[in-house]
Amino acid sequence: MEKLIISPAPHIHSGDSVSKNMYGVVIAMVPALLASLYFFGLGALIVTLTAVAASVLFEFLIQKYILKGPVTILDGSAAVTGLLLAFNLPSNLPLWMIIVGALVAIGVAKMSFGGLGNNPFNPALVGRVFLLISFPVEMTTWPVVDPLATTYLDAETGATVLGILKEGSASLPAVSDMIVGNIPGSLGEVSAIALLVGLGYMLIRKIITWHIPVSILLTVAVFTGILYLADPATYASPLVHLFSGGLMLGAIFMATDYVTSPMTFRGMWIYGVGIGLLTVIIRTWGAYPEGVSFAILIMNGFTPIINFYVKPKRFGEKPKKA
Amino acid sequence: MKTFRIGGIHPAENKFAAGKKIITAALPGQVVIPLAHYIGTPADPVVKRGDIVKVGQIIGQASGFISANVHSSVSGKVVKLDVQLDASGYKRPAVFIEVDGDEWLETIDRNPEIKRECTLSKQEIIEKIKAAGIVGLGGATFPAHVKLMPPPGKKAEVLIINAVECESYLTCDHQLMMEHGEEILIGVTILMKALEVNRAIIGVENNKKDAIQLLKKLAADYKGIEVEALKVRYPQGGEKQLIDALIRRQVPSGRIPVEVGAVVQNVATTYAIYEAVQKNKPMVERVMTITGKDAPNPGNYRVRLGTYLSNVVEEAGGVPEGTGKIVGGGPMMGRSLMNLNIPMAKGSSGVVFIRDAEAIRKPVQNCIRCTKCVTVCPMGLEPYLLMAQSERNMWTEMEANRTMDCLECGSCSYTCPSNRPLLDYIRFGKSTVGGIIRSRTAK
Amino acid sequence: MLTDLILSFFITTMNVVLISLITLGVIGAVAAIILFVVAKKFHVFEDPRIDEVEAALPAANCGGCGFPGCRGFADACVKSDELGDLFCPVGGNDTMAKVAAILGKTAVAQAPKVAVVRCDGTCEHRPRYNEYDGVKHCFIAHNLYSGETNCSWGCLGFGDCELSCEFDAIKVNPVTMIPEVDDDKCTACGACVRACPKLLIELRKKGPKGRRIYVGCRNEDKGHITKKACDVGCIGCAKCFKVCPHEAITVGNNLAFINDEACKLCRKCVEVCPTNAIKEINFPPRKVKEEEAVAAE
Repeated sequence: MEKLIISPAPHIHSGDSVSKNMYGVVIAMVPALLASLYFFGLGALIVTLTAVAASVLFEFLIQKYILKGPVTILDGSAAVTGLLLAFNLPSNLPLWMIIVGALVAIGVAKMSFGGLGNNPFNPALVGRVFLLISFPVEMTTWPVVDPLATTYLDAETGATVLGILKEGSASLPAVSDMIVGNIPGSLGEVSAIALLVGLGYMLIRKIITWHIPVSILLTVAVFTGILYLADPATYASPLVHLFSGGLMLGAIFMATDYVTSPMTFRGMWIYGVGIGLLTVIIRTWGAYPEGVSFAILIMNGFTPIINFYVKPKRFGEKPKKA
Repeated sequence: MKTFRIGGIHPAENKFAAGKKIITAALPGQVVIPLAHYIGTPADPVVKRGDIVKVGQIIGQASGFISANVHSSVSGKVVKLDVQLDASGYKRPAVFIEVDGDEWLETIDRNPEIKRECTLSKQEIIEKIKAAGIVGLGGATFPAHVKLMPPPGKKAEVLIINAVECESYLTCDHQLMMEHGEEILIGVTILMKALEVNRAIIGVENNKKDAIQLLKKLAADYKGIEVEALKVRYPQGGEKQLIDALIRRQVPSGRIPVEVGAVVQNVATTYAIYEAVQKNKPMVERVMTITGKDAPNPGNYRVRLGTYLSNVVEEAGGVPEGTGKIVGGGPMMGRSLMNLNIPMAKGSSGVVFIRDAEAIRKPVQNCIRCTKCVTVCPMGLEPYLLMAQSERNMWTEMEANRTMDCLECGSCSYTCPSNRPLLDYIRFGKSTVGGIIRSRTAK
Repeated sequence: MLTDLILSFFITTMNVVLISLITLGVIGAVAAIILFVVAKKFHVFEDPRIDEVEAALPAANCGGCGFPGCRGFADACVKSDELGDLFCPVGGNDTMAKVAAILGKTAVAQAPKVAVVRCDGTCEHRPRYNEYDGVKHCFIAHNLYSGETNCSWGCLGFGDCELSCEFDAIKVNPVTMIPEVDDDKCTACGACVRACPKLLIELRKKGPKGRRIYVGCRNEDKGHITKKACDVGCIGCAKCFKVCPHEAITVGNNLAFINDEACKLCRKCVEVCPTNAIKEINFPPRKVKEEEAVAAE
């Protein structure tokens, strides 16, 4: 180089980057995606492709033509949002609804706040909740598992585990089916085991830390455990709660979203416990059968307050004596 | 295996010069000895133009409490007193000496034989260390004797020798331990005597297994000296981190280590103290590492103070092709050098050549709030928040968030996936907040 | 029968209306009394002239006067006996005259000032040897090292002064990397003076027709070092000091300084300066002397 470079220390960098983390999340979602492709067939493929393509396209259009700034679709964040949105949708949702959901997720929940890093709420969840409130029928009509199906819109439908719990209409499927994913539901949430494989990958790659998923799952297990012990006839067992609905997906991929989760380990515990409690409360006593999305969005709202009051453990800080 | 309890990173070690024998660099034709160190007040020159000096002769008298004597590292004639660009990036006062032969002061014992007994009293030891102008050789160049005089009412319980060398690339301390282990241990006993403690721990990172083995073997003959292997983790060489790692005590914010009963000295400083006390040799030379991914001949060199870095680098094979940045010291905390016409100072622990591609920072992106900076901060701070506050000049809030605790280790900037210049802004805030605090206490 | 019904309905309605009226009236009266008492008891007297003075001020809230905002300055003006040192640099003498009129005090007229940048180390005059790759912020760069050039005193060119200016008056020229001051916009509030870590910016008398002379250098290194680093640096040769008929020039630390109070703008120093470090602003071009014109041909 012609001139020596002068810069403040440090002079080396870990080589970590935003896109590496984002594509790491994408890779971690692959097992769950494969599971959903197996269980729901063509419908899952169409929904996923549409959601990802629409999210990336909307991000591109907004950055290029509305904000007229740099286009950063290659950093992978829009793809992650699209994938997460798809994971939260039933595999027989009409295309135009998916596109509307992607528009709300990217356009309203992400870009209007200033893009990556500035959104207070998880974009994919905002998209999903928008769809859930606007099109409640379509969003709660889940196709039954039909391995490698070739049907899309006219698939046979059935009730989810949590729906059965709420209605009390039929008997629950076996827990082993819930773990594998052999149950009706949103396409990414059904296979707990595939989601846990993704969690393991993200922990090994150090993309996320264990605090949020563990605190959520632990809270749900303990809370529902207490309820179950108190009255096994009315309340479902913790195993059913842990492996049903969007809890695994929410705890592993949605609540751990960098931007909308707290910055300290102590804060993550508060956040995780809050999500766990709210989830169980909504599931047990609320009007909706499933409450993970709402619980996460509510705790997203508390994240700035948690960040303000909860500080990391400072070096040399004396533990407070009782 | 022990390590400190909060944060930390593990950069690629790249210790290319490990195991390379210390080479004594050739005497240069001229030396420029800086009178100022990285911190503290510059020494007052006591020689003038035309004076003939010998090796070890005092040329700068310490002025003020945090200041150290400066000695001539060569024999020859003082050409001029002028300013010279040094590693600080500024032109500061220095003494220019033209080398003529290599004549040492008669009082200096140049016999390589190891001298074990030390009959001096505590006060005499401290006086000798002070007179020899010894400063912390880890890079901060804090005068060594100041640490040996704890403030009234405070008593040291344990001496900690910092031999972790946690910076990647650097190997000079490692090699010094391998070649002068015996002398270092005698230095430790001298320091123990000066501090009136009967326990000393030498902390060595586990990537220097041979040195740990050697020191453990040698330490068996000495009473009260332990050698502890530590997990490889940066910034373990930070004083507070090392104390935490070895004796599980955390120095509270704004306090000094002796308040938890520990005094830390660098291993190279300990060696220099041995030479000063037992051999009457002032601080006139030190070992430094010349290295880099493309360095033709990475190695450890014993260099006289005031030698232009270009001379040493020339001896080590010159600057490799495609070097974008030259760092004085380790790559995490060292300073990038403006050029190589910079004199070697007491704190110069190495020269690292950084390749073009690694030299330029990547474009800055939005903060994605991934919490990685908070996770790695060894002081438990929130770098992302401090940077945002510094950008917006929110000094009161920065102080409340304990920005003054930052030890500028650079772990936050190193780890940031968005390449944000966290430490640049925190340093800016630190100096501003420091000024505000000083003006407040002055009132 | 019907009338009875209507009457009773009317009476009931009247009752409701009456009750509400009375209740609300009482609440209102009690509240009014409380408010009145509190207002009287905790009344803070504020000199109405503070508002008047504040209205006369330019409302820039720049802090150039040394007080927190225009109201702080107005408060100080009203409270002090003499206007003496109090001066609003943004409003200038006109505003101070108005303030003086409101308060019945006399304002001391001050010569209008303007910020000058005492460095002319453009890329042409001062070769760059390094490339800075940190945050583009003068203060941060200044903490790190002396600059990309050999001159440790000169402008870094990252524009802290430009950021600090509320009036859009100082801008870093992207070609020369040296800030330039717009005379018309500059209010001499002093924000840039405080922002510059190299202490290069000084407030000087604007001078008649904006004419002024100053030493465009802050380098206190010895002459030979300055000369090597920059073509237009002051080498402290003191030629200007010797030639100045008004004793306006002092030389210390290898640097000349022109006192703007004593300077009579004769321009003799500009002619003798060997390095062109002395700058003249807004003067008409010199007449080329005849001999020189001949020589040029």
